[in-house]
Amino acid sequence: MNYVVIGNSAAAVGCVEGIRKVDATGAITLISDESHRAYSRPLISYWLSGKVDDERMYYRNEDFYEKNHVKTLLGVRVTALDAAAKTVTLSDGTVLPYDSLMVATGSRPFVPPIAGVQDCPQAVTFLDWDSARRLKGMVNKKSRVVVLGAGLIGLKVTEGLAGHVAGITVVEMAAHLMPSVLDDDSAAMLQRHIEKNGVSFIYEDPAAKVSGNLLTLGSGRELAFDVLVLAAGVRPNVELVRDAGGTVNRGIIVNSFMQTSLPDVYAAGDCVEAMDVVSGARKIMALLPNAYMQGEAAGKTMAGAPEGFEKSMPMNAIGFFGMPLCTAGDYDGEAYVKIEEDSFKKLFFKDDRLVGYILISDVDRAGIYTALIREKVDLKGVDLELLRQRPQLMLFSNKADRKRIVAGGSITQ
Amino acid sequence: MKKVFAIEEFCLACHLCEYNCAFSHSGMKDMVKAYKSGFQPARIQVEESGEINFALNCRHCSDPVCMKACITGSISRGEDGVIRVDTNKCVGCWTCVMTCPYGAVVRGRGDRKVALKCDLCTESGNTPACVEGCPNRALVFEERGDD
Ligand SMILES: Cc1cc2nc3c(=O)[nH]c(=O)nc-3n(C[C@H](O)[C@H](O)[C@H](O)COP(=O)(O)OP(=O)(O)OC[C@H]3O[C@@H](n4cnc5c(N)ncnc54)[C@H](O)[C@@H]3O)c2cc1C
Repeated sequence: MNYVVIGNSAAAVGCVEGIRKVDATGAITLISDESHRAYSRPLISYWLSGKVDDERMYYRNEDFYEKNHVKTLLGVRVTALDAAAKTVTLSDGTVLPYDSLMVATGSRPFVPPIAGVQDCPQAVTFLDWDSARRLKGMVNKKSRVVVLGAGLIGLKVTEGLAGHVAGITVVEMAAHLMPSVLDDDSAAMLQRHIEKNGVSFIYEDPAAKVSGNLLTLGSGRELAFDVLVLAAGVRPNVELVRDAGGTVNRGIIVNSFMQTSLPDVYAAGDCVEAMDVVSGARKIMALLPNAYMQGEAAGKTMAGAPEGFEKSMPMNAIGFFGMPLCTAGDYDGEAYVKIEEDSFKKLFFKDDRLVGYILISDVDRAGIYTALIREKVDLKGVDLELLRQRPQLMLFSNKADRKRIVAGGSITQ
Repeated sequence: MKKVFAIEEFCLACHLCEYNCAFSHSGMKDMVKAYKSGFQPARIQVEESGEINFALNCRHCSDPVCMKACITGSISRGEDGVIRVDTNKCVGCWTCVMTCPYGAVVRGRGDRKVALKCDLCTESGNTPACVEGCPNRALVFEERGDD
């Protein structure tokens, strides 16, 4: 078997590990346009702030490729996929045949169509290690920084720069920060906390024009900057599959085995649209746990031990300036709310199931809530008061169930 | 592999397992001193309702979701089957806390907060401290042949 993997991040590493669980000897060639060995993308903001050094950036040990007998082609791009001939073409002109192909191409920054932004030398994106390096070289203690976008990446770059620059203003189109992850109450709490660290926010006033060192917003308001960070979202890298005739919506369409519509072509991670187990809708869930698990399941299937993966779901564990938060699932349902001075809990219930949560500060044992959501555990007969108090396995009042789970059994019924 | 199992009928919720766990991972010789210096939290936790009590720590799952979900690659399984956190690499994002279905990964305290979990006391080479010190034999360390 001749496997080719495009990408070298979470989904690609998952794929390699999945293949090797089944097939110890098949040839694996891994290609990535980034020249680093696999590193953790979410750590680039930690690296920017100096909290994590080069050595601690790597996602796997140095001997990962050798141990897994992976041939790497780093710093080369795949420019075309021919699904009929079963080959990929590389930027250096090489044509590589494959028996089974993994497309784990992730996403790239979306550059918003703002007049003048393309020609602005101080406008940068923030998505990979090299972009973090570039940004680090551009800022100093006197820099006035404007960040466009208050999503996960915008706030992470803000945290990474805070204390290293003169001031940061975050400009967000929506009415509150992290609009796709938090509701307005939780966003307000997080905002108060971030503001204490010398960051200011502007909402519902989209950027309109960049000229020189001046950003003009829709309202006419002007912001002077030394560095402008574009964190207005990402776009999945779907072109290889789309141009080869594969089915693509916003992301690459895959089934639960992570197969694309092209024979022997699989895709996983930030470039795909997968089924959200909670809402039942297809969506891009650009998060590392999903990327790894999708990649791993695909790898096993590619190697001949088919494993469906139907557990993708939105879930975030992140912290800003020492305030941790965990969120998961859907916020459509009856809410249990407990908001205190600096802690926050919302649990969302629907049809006798827990379907989502937002937790700030006290996130201990949140995984029990996540499992109840992921496994769609029927909560009829469960002591809901215990469930609301805190995540605990005590809520399983049936002794046999509880003993089985506590011993390491699955939470599924 | 051998793991720690709770027998809820015997558990008195005395929490000694938690103290012993925290102490044995403190690297200190004297419990009082270690306690005063501020323990890291125990990697085993007692759930108690008055009637029902049991202690719970890492199940060293055959399909460990914490390890797959870890955003930094700090969680791995050793040759001995034990799942460990590389606390040098961990940045305390709590993705493992968010994904462990048993709630068995705990948040460390201090300046550099890292994820902490049961390592079956493999560093000391002894029987897990929680089991060793349980006064009512509500914890056992045994092979149940499930994986
Ligand atoms: C600052 C930041 C913070 C984040 N924080 C979190 C977090 O806390 N929790 C979380 O769950 N997620 C977080 N994420 C998201 C997480 O990083 C992604 O979900 C994850 O990296 C997706 O992995 P992937 O393998 O699908 O794709 P990617 O990591 O995007 O990797 C794709 C790789 O493929 C390469 N590639 C693409 N096209 C080609 C081609 N044609 N030829 C060759 N190579 C190609 C790319 O260069 C890249 O190296 C964060 C992301 C960022 C940027």
